Amino acid sequence: MSGNNQIDIGAIRERLATKSGPEYWRSLEELAETPEFQDYLENEFPQASTDWRQPLNRRNLLQLMGASLGLAGLTACTRQPLEKIVPYVKPPEEFSGNVPLFFATGHVQGGYATGILVESHQGRPTKAEGNPEHPGSLGGSDVFSQASLLGMYDPDRSQDVLKEGLSSTPVSFWAALTVLREQHLAKKGAGLRILTENVTSPSLTAALRTVLEQMPEARWHVYDPMAPDGAREGARLAFGEPASCYYNVKAADVIVTLDSDFLYVGAGSVRYSRDFAERRRPAEGRKTLSRLYSAEVTPTVTSSLSDHRLPLKSAEIEHFARALATKLGIGVAGSSVSSFGKWVDTVAADLQAHQGSSLVVAGDHQPPIVHAIAHAINEKLGNIGKTAMVADSFEGNPVSHDASLKQLVDEMNSGAAETVIVLGGNPVYTAPADLGFKEAFLKVKNRIHLGLYNDETGSLCHWHVPEAHTLESWGDARSYDGTVTLIQPLIEPLYGGKTALEIATALGGRQATNHNAWKRFWRARVNAPDFEARLQKALHDGMWEGAAPAKAVKVTGNLGAVAASAIPSGLEVSFRPDPTILDGRYANNGWLQELPKPVTKTVWDNAVLMNPLTAERLGIGPSDVVTLKVGGKSVNGPVWLVPGQAKDTVTVHLGYGRSRAGKAGTGVGFNANSIRTTGKWADSAEIAKTGNTYKMVSTQTHGGLLQGTEMDIEAANRKLVRVASEEEYLKEPHVFRHMWEAPPAALTLYQPYDYSKTYAWGMVIDLSACHGCGACTLACQAENNIPVVGKEEVSRGREMHWIRVDRYHKGDFANPAAYSQPLTCMHCENAPCEPVCPVHATMHNDEGINQMVYNRCVGTRYCSNNCPYKVRRFNFFLYADWDTKSLHGLRNPDVTVRSRGVMEKCTLCTQRITRAKIEAEKQDRKVRDGEILTACQQACPTGAIVFGDINDRAAKVAKLRAEARNYGLLEDLNTKPRVTYLARLQNPNPELEKG
Amino acid sequence: MAQIFPPSSNTVSKVSIVAALLAIGGLGAAVFAINKSPFVARTKIPFDQAVPFSHKHHVAGLGVDCRYCHNTVERTATAGMPTTETCMSCHSMIWTNAPMLEPVRQSWATGKSLEWTRVHDLPGFVYFNHSIHVKGGIGCSECHGRVDQMPLMYQENTLYMEWCLDCHRNPEMRIRPRDKVFDMTYQHPANQAELGAKLVAEYKIQKYTDCYTCHR
Repeated sequence: MSGNNQIDIGAIRERLATKSGPEYWRSLEELAETPEFQDYLENEFPQASTDWRQPLNRRNLLQLMGASLGLAGLTACTRQPLEKIVPYVKPPEEFSGNVPLFFATGHVQGGYATGILVESHQGRPTKAEGNPEHPGSLGGSDVFSQASLLGMYDPDRSQDVLKEGLSSTPVSFWAALTVLREQHLAKKGAGLRILTENVTSPSLTAALRTVLEQMPEARWHVYDPMAPDGAREGARLAFGEPASCYYNVKAADVIVTLDSDFLYVGAGSVRYSRDFAERRRPAEGRKTLSRLYSAEVTPTVTSSLSDHRLPLKSAEIEHFARALATKLGIGVAGSSVSSFGKWVDTVAADLQAHQGSSLVVAGDHQPPIVHAIAHAINEKLGNIGKTAMVADSFEGNPVSHDASLKQLVDEMNSGAAETVIVLGGNPVYTAPADLGFKEAFLKVKNRIHLGLYNDETGSLCHWHVPEAHTLESWGDARSYDGTVTLIQPLIEPLYGGKTALEIATALGGRQATNHNAWKRFWRARVNAPDFEARLQKALHDGMWEGAAPAKAVKVTGNLGAVAASAIPSGLEVSFRPDPTILDGRYANNGWLQELPKPVTKTVWDNAVLMNPLTAERLGIGPSDVVTLKVGGKSVNGPVWLVPGQAKDTVTVHLGYGRSRAGKAGTGVGFNANSIRTTGKWADSAEIAKTGNTYKMVSTQTHGGLLQGTEMDIEAANRKLVRVASEEEYLKEPHVFRHMWEAPPAALTLYQPYDYSKTYAWGMVIDLSACHGCGACTLACQAENNIPVVGKEEVSRGREMHWIRVDRYHKGDFANPAAYSQPLTCMHCENAPCEPVCPVHATMHNDEGINQMVYNRCVGTRYCSNNCPYKVRRFNFFLYADWDTKSLHGLRNPDVTVRSRGVMEKCTLCTQRITRAKIEAEKQDRKVRDGEILTACQQACPTGAIVFGDINDRAAKVAKLRAEARNYGLLEDLNTKPRVTYLARLQNPNPELEKG
Repeated sequence: MAQIFPPSSNTVSKVSIVAALLAIGGLGAAVFAINKSPFVARTKIPFDQAVPFSHKHHVAGLGVDCRYCHNTVERTATAGMPTTETCMSCHSMIWTNAPMLEPVRQSWATGKSLEWTRVHDLPGFVYFNHSIHVKGGIGCSECHGRVDQMPLMYQENTLYMEWCLDCHRNPEMRIRPRDKVFDMTYQHPANQAELGAKLVAEYKIQKYTDCYTCHR
């Protein structure tokens, strides 16, 4: 929780070296055995936390006592208010009563779309799911598409057209735009500059190209901090043209990442996760696991699944790539660095042994040359066309974003840019500090901004136009493999928002509505008599069929001519989009702010991430606020210690320190853009302590499970996480059972119960697949109306997430292995929470679900106190927002919105079970296997979670439970959990293992 | 020392103990009775509606089937309320000038919905599904009473949990053949226990009484 300031790094290092602590550890606090951590471990909620927002004094104590006495007897006397039924005048198309409908659309980020299905309850979109037919999703989704729903309902979204900050109307905006168009048209567009985010949309590209045709002097600039800039420029360097690249991860036996988090963020991450996980499951008697080597700066979601991880400085990654390429006989300038140990030889040999079935992936934060080398290696190994596909660029305007933005700034400074139209994005905030974007922007005569928020950019513009959210608009965008994903609205724009397509079309001289402009484009593009029918099918599927064809390419660029860059000594600062709010675009999204960041588990803040060893060397303690100085600019931020971060580097996340984000995002964290230089990292940064400390909040210490007690030395390691190599597993599949003995099932005081008569719901979570992205947590939050509680409440351990992801580490600070373990209510058959409830508010049903009945709950919290897994959540305050009208539309009508004073926890999505059971009974059949997907299971991009009837022997869940890898958490308590885990398998390279 | 209490206080104290016990019991019984009273349970009280719609006239008088208006009752959780269009399918031709139907015509002309007051209003934490009950052979009148006898709609039963459970525990006493579900005049036969047991077996009725059946 709050700052790890009682930690003595030296002492922990010693403990780790002598192996006297737990084998798998979660946090520095745990290793240091701080009193705070012990408090969290032994109690459901820490003892010291104060429940009262105001200190209790004599007077308000008396007031409270009097009030409770007076009101206690009256609470049951309210009568249910009369309710209205408001039927339609005419039923809408596809009226379905209160059965939800699903519409296929896309979630767009960095220009690329992932196919999603959005659940709509009588016209209200409530939940996003992956589109099983979409190649970019296959049914899985990520945290961002889950959270996009909240983004749409965000009450802080811009709601009015503003002219110089004052409320105006769309009509006057269109009139003003027409005047501007006429002016620029007269001079062939000179002075007109359009700045967009990354665009892959065919319709928007065509509309903008029309503008440029009419006005050849006008320019289209692109800047998107989430776009794969390095990849595009790398392809240009390697192939001589700006190609797009996508991977067939399933076919790869050996994968090497060069500072890439390709399983978590960016186009295709959801699909890659699914494909990768598929290769991490064992098969009977033969080796099937793929092997993942990660060379990277800061620990990522991807590397939490890697078999070998090499922490390197950003600048060293290029040298590692060069060394690897040289070893494989590719003509590039070699590396002078010899500190990669056995890595180069071993990895090169492994790649060589898997020609055509290996893959080298370079990350978005690496410069073009690293991408080009990766292409060269893939070509050399014969991987291109097999694991790495290259296609014509998917981007509408494939230019270097850094160069494009720089050019725009120069033109704004010189006065060449007379009118700048910003279509989406927030460049005033996101542009690197060394460009001086804001100052240059203010020199422009006409500034127009289209955006979801009246943000840092919008507030500086002459015209600000509210943008329609993706879920409110018609559109299209390419997916990771070039498939054109169609975007259709789920609801009329809540605040009359406009789309970039509308503005671009109007600039081209043809004002049209979003729908008309979009449809006219596709009618012309498809150009077939049965267009309507084809469009209907495409809208139903969510895409026009077909990936972009992979083409045969040759690395033609002269890579040998690019000299190796130097590796400066001193502290290196990497700038990364935040793992949850990215470049700040989701800064006002409470779900994403409160989602523990996959690696650090911090919430509501960014920090200066550094290795504890680096901190020790620099004399910096945890929770110290430091000044980070790059090229004369400086920023203050708190330190967060991250085991596994490359030494002499710090990582800072962008997206925080916003001044105009909205109620949730404004003023949270510090703005790393203020010291950012063009490029993804800065060398030779200076760091100094300010002398202040800052309370960061991390959930990493929350819900700690006892790994053993002092009384029970034998139990010092309960093997909460079980890991073995594939080799060990194939030799002895029951290796995991031998790790920890469960007591005989009969050894219990609980009455036995026969669960064989009906369904017996159970869940299995595969730790070999889980990479800890948190999609399950957010999907559950959306499905089950789980509130956001804020940083202060999280600091007291009161986050309400029903499913959390615990992260364990093994090994020393320099480079520990990481393991993710999603934890939800275990639905124990012998549930310890049930006998202690004085009012029977929690009890079992005959299908084995541990039920929580809100109306019976009186809030004693005994159940939570008695839960060994710490998965129960208590509404200490009225966390659910009952007042914000726009958020009402977001709620799932099938789940109760809980009030203050009641306990809640995972229900195994009982609303989905009931729905399926009713449908099955109406058809006189049993529920089929796979018919019920829990929200977490459905969202999981890796497919790690499987739910079903364990009484049905043919069910997938029953088969998995019967696997040798299956084990229960804290089995020794004999709680008989219905949620079990499949142990983690690794596929390490014995050559590197030898150390 | 003189006695403080006269001998009669024995009687007084005995009587008052008994009276107090009776009073406590009586209070309990009173609360129980009040709780089930039409005032608290809102039974047998017709509400003011936008249009004084008579089920008696439409069902008993004209023989309109329940599902003509409540058309999602067999498919979804809610029975469905008729759209203005449904009303107008007849009333654009008959009673076109009846003053009573003015709100319906207004709604049709303006596109603004009619607003009805909900008569059967379950608490927010109760999730009831019509379709599965219809499928299970539970007739409309079982819960809603003789709607065909109601000029203005009112709630027949308390809809309390105890009342729900009564049937969930003993569906045999309430079940009827599926083809009689929408029959308002259906009377349970004398051998209901026997017939009910047969139907429960035939329709594979589950006796769901666990909390998550209705509460989520």
